[in-house]
Amino acid sequence: MPRDLSGILARHRNDPTRLVQILRDVMEADGWISPPAITALADALGLPRARVEGVAGFYAFFATEPRGRYRVLFSDNITDEMAGSAELRQRLLDAFHVRLGEVSRDGLVSIDVTSCTGLCDQGPALLVNGRAIARLTHARIGAIAAMIRGGAPLSEWPDNLFEVHEHVEREDVVLATPFAPGEALDAAIARGPEATLGEVERSLLRGRGGAGFPTGQKWRLCRAAPGRERYVVCNADEGEPGTFKDRLLLARHADLVLEGMTVAAFAVGAPKGFVYLRAEYPFLVPGLEAALARRRHEGLLGVRIRGVEGFDFDIELHVGAGAYVCGEESALLESLEGERGIPRNRPPYPVTHGYLQKPTVVNNVETLAKAALVARHGADWLRARGTARSTGTKLLSVSGDVARPGIYEYPFGVAVKQVLEDAGARRVQAVQVGGPSGTLLAHNELERRIAFEDVPCAGAFMVFDESRDMIDVLHNFARFFAHESCGFCTPCRVGTTLERQMLARVACGKGTRKDVKDLGHVARLMKAASHCGLGMTAGNALLDAFAKFKPSFDRRLASLDVLPVFDLDESLAEAREVTGRDDVDAHFPEEP
Amino acid sequence: MSEPTPAPGGTPPTFSLDGHDVPFEAGQTVLSAALAAGHYIPHLCYHPEFAPHGSCRVCTVKVDGHPAASCTAAARAGTEVDSRSEEVLEMRRRLVQFLFTEGNHFCPSCEQSGSCMLQAVGYALGVTNAHFSPLFPNRPVDASHPDVLLDFNRCILCELCIRASAEVDGKHVFDLSGRGIDKHLIVNAESGRLADTALAVEDKAMSVCPVGVILRKRRGFRVPIGERRYDAAPISVVALQKRPRPSTAPREG
Repeated sequence: MPRDLSGILARHRNDPTRLVQILRDVMEADGWISPPAITALADALGLPRARVEGVAGFYAFFATEPRGRYRVLFSDNITDEMAGSAELRQRLLDAFHVRLGEVSRDGLVSIDVTSCTGLCDQGPALLVNGRAIARLTHARIGAIAAMIRGGAPLSEWPDNLFEVHEHVEREDVVLATPFAPGEALDAAIARGPEATLGEVERSLLRGRGGAGFPTGQKWRLCRAAPGRERYVVCNADEGEPGTFKDRLLLARHADLVLEGMTVAAFAVGAPKGFVYLRAEYPFLVPGLEAALARRRHEGLLGVRIRGVEGFDFDIELHVGAGAYVCGEESALLESLEGERGIPRNRPPYPVTHGYLQKPTVVNNVETLAKAALVARHGADWLRARGTARSTGTKLLSVSGDVARPGIYEYPFGVAVKQVLEDAGARRVQAVQVGGPSGTLLAHNELERRIAFEDVPCAGAFMVFDESRDMIDVLHNFARFFAHESCGFCTPCRVGTTLERQMLARVACGKGTRKDVKDLGHVARLMKAASHCGLGMTAGNALLDAFAKFKPSFDRRLASLDVLPVFDLDESLAEAREVTGRDDVDAHFPEEP
Repeated sequence: MSEPTPAPGGTPPTFSLDGHDVPFEAGQTVLSAALAAGHYIPHLCYHPEFAPHGSCRVCTVKVDGHPAASCTAAARAGTEVDSRSEEVLEMRRRLVQFLFTEGNHFCPSCEQSGSCMLQAVGYALGVTNAHFSPLFPNRPVDASHPDVLLDFNRCILCELCIRASAEVDGKHVFDLSGRGIDKHLIVNAESGRLADTALAVEDKAMSVCPVGVILRKRRGFRVPIGERRYDAAPISVVALQKRPRPSTAPREG
């Protein structure tokens, strides 16, 4: 008997473009997405069943096989790892006699890992049934284990367990300038759409999500595209490991971001917008919904905004389901349409063929916040900070080996050394700027500056001191990319997995010179031949490390040129487990 | 980005492919124009009857020095396309090695041997081994259908069967699930069995698989080894025998 899903379907108006939202609700209600549920959804939505199954199978937070009633996912970012995540995870696994990725026999709990959950300033972190818990300690793990064993619903768990702290360590003009909802809109309306667009162009504001595309130009292209149905999308799928600055903006400055969207809508003539929020930030949903409701009530959203005839705009919140690739704008749009998050072939670009193939502006959270301030204070206000080619400020998410992790806002052009000094970093070995897809800097490059023309940075700033082994860092990044590759193109799909395997071998001392050579081949092939930015950047850190951290590899390599991949002793592991033996005679002798 | 329009009755615009002038029409890609002009560029997921896909990347070339999948790159007048340098050939060899590494491609025991595009492209590029440690996927074959066998372990994820079933047959028998290295072909049935789908042997989806995933039952080795599609002539010749129509970008529907 198929499960009755009519309530969930009605809530989403039986709209197939809301498939990801519908599947989220099914997950929430059932703990997994069963084959009969998939059939029922397909029938109700008028979609091929295999399409629904494919979407359910794409996102990390959807399970198409039964999981535990409590689904625990440990954040597997390198900063979590450095903060002791593995030990805490093992403790929870031991508490329930379950292995990683498996469900306990009684169906109570399943424990696995997930990509960076964006709580790097307060890790180690985990998600339980989608809810985030930060600052894990042995005491917290013990408490969590007890509550799971007792079967307490999450609503009865202590509230303080779910608290997420925002650490603002350095404010510059964006975080420090007071903002009253409506003031950017009023300024934009007074100027008119064309002049508002011109002001954004003149500010030289560039996208803060990574690519650095000029925001004004993006808006202009969208405005010029034919048709009346246009969209403004806020990319809040902040998935780059080590990045959490959009979390702060959405938690504390939601009005600024939403107003930036509304200004964009005014400038390009879009009646509808979406915020695509990453699934790892469910704690931001109530605040965002409240801000949207308040703005509707105050006439800052809806029809005839601020009394301007024809200025109609509203925003819908859309939550992802665990897919880093959806931070790529065309994959994000696919997801928004209820599809698997596969980046599209481009051109055409979203500015002409975006959401539902209509002209669409996709901007990062921080970009939109700045656009609102440009509308309010003018282009010169932004240009007064930063460098000639990188105007304004940049929010950095600083984590890793620093005394004061958190958000730092600096004018563009700040030296890496300055950030390290302010954050209290000592004996720095390396800094990963912009996350695993960004730039790996060695200790002799700390004079370099954060700017589009020197070291670009989408927001992540992870610090590694001299006690860290860079191979562990690279191995962590390789796991990340292999987990997050969408699988569309051959170089990324296969390359990220080969990189993960080879780095695992190097990390445990079984890597050879052949592996190192192959790692380089694969990284360069991914960079040259991949379909989208994920694959093109997946080997960046590795290629940087080859150039700058060669001794780390040499230390870990086996002395031989070639080692057999097949490990005789390892092949007996299953037999040892079955027989319960682990004595000397159950092992092959060590090679002399 | 504007293409120079040919003078009325004049010559069409051209790009240079390894030193040869290749004429093209508006809307053509580098690959479709090259094939139409009698120049072979290795490819697997491209099929002249479907919109270009760009997933296998085996058709990668360098356009004015920048790598691009020639099946999706629009032909542009005056560009220099490199499809023959050692650097480009090396990329393609690696990509083919990736596909051999990813799937279970045991040519001597495969019914598709001799008619398999992956095998033929491998020969064309001089790929003699998979180089990397094989991943050995372990996906059960589906023999439930009375006339068709599916071996998922050979799938190169080109999506041709998915597109053919949806766009030509109107059936949506196939789709993809999972992601990354776990991405895999699925069939349109709650049971997960091909027998419970609408697939029929006459379907277009039956004839587009470039490798040995979708096989007719009771046809095994009817054509002897040695007399198969790529036994008589290499794929670089066979691929040009049926000249493709110009391929235009937007997909229908």
